[in-house]
Amino acid sequence: MIKILFFAALRERLECEQYLLSCDGKILNVATVLEQLRNRCNNWQQELSRTDLLCAVNQQLVPLTASVQDGDELAFFPPVTGG
Amino acid sequence: MSIFVAVQSDDFCVASEYNELRQHASCGAVVTFSGLVRELSDNTLHSMTLEHYPGMTEQALIAIAEQAQQRWQLGAVHIIHRVGTLKPHQQIVFVGIASAHRAVAFAACEFIMDYLKNRAPFWKKEHTAQGDYWVEAKASDKQALTRWE
Repeated sequence: MIKILFFAALRERLECEQYLLSCDGKILNVATVLEQLRNRCNNWQQELSRTDLLCAVNQQLVPLTASVQDGDELAFFPPVTGG
Repeated sequence: MSIFVAVQSDDFCVASEYNELRQHASCGAVVTFSGLVRELSDNTLHSMTLEHYPGMTEQALIAIAEQAQQRWQLGAVHIIHRVGTLKPHQQIVFVGIASAHRAVAFAACEFIMDYLKNRAPFWKKEHTAQGDYWVEAKASDKQALTRWE
């Protein structure tokens, strides 16, 4: 399983904090996972198509071309606003 | 070099941090920065909630401090960032640098704040008289990184 986390405004708009995705032992890239998530419903399609979406795999910022596999923690979130 | 990073709901004491930073041998300069909750122009901000990504946040702050150390010779770096609900004028973030000379300490402090604002997974939500709003990222914060590239 891949554990997928959503944060901040994205978490609220998706009404989802955590999502588990089975990948049957395959190595996927983040863009493929994102495409699967977008297909869940119209709202997810819209929110996960935002061009400013950031992504982290195992708590490191990565581009959408990064790979993910079983046991990984994948997170999507809006641009950060700390400080 | 020593790095100290904390993500906490508790407040921090600038004087205590400064006193620790100035203990570092061979350091003739300490620069500190504090970021506060700013009132909105119409004075309608009740409070602000800071959300973060536990685990990733601490790693991101350590990575930023290490990047600063690779660029400059630093004696110590302290980064403290608060999370949870904060009221106007309360402290959000502290960055303190001890180094041999001031130019390096000023530069490293600005570098760390610029990267923190773009790379550390924190998000602010403002609670105002008109409702609750997530703060949008500013293009100027992103632009600020270009000076270090």
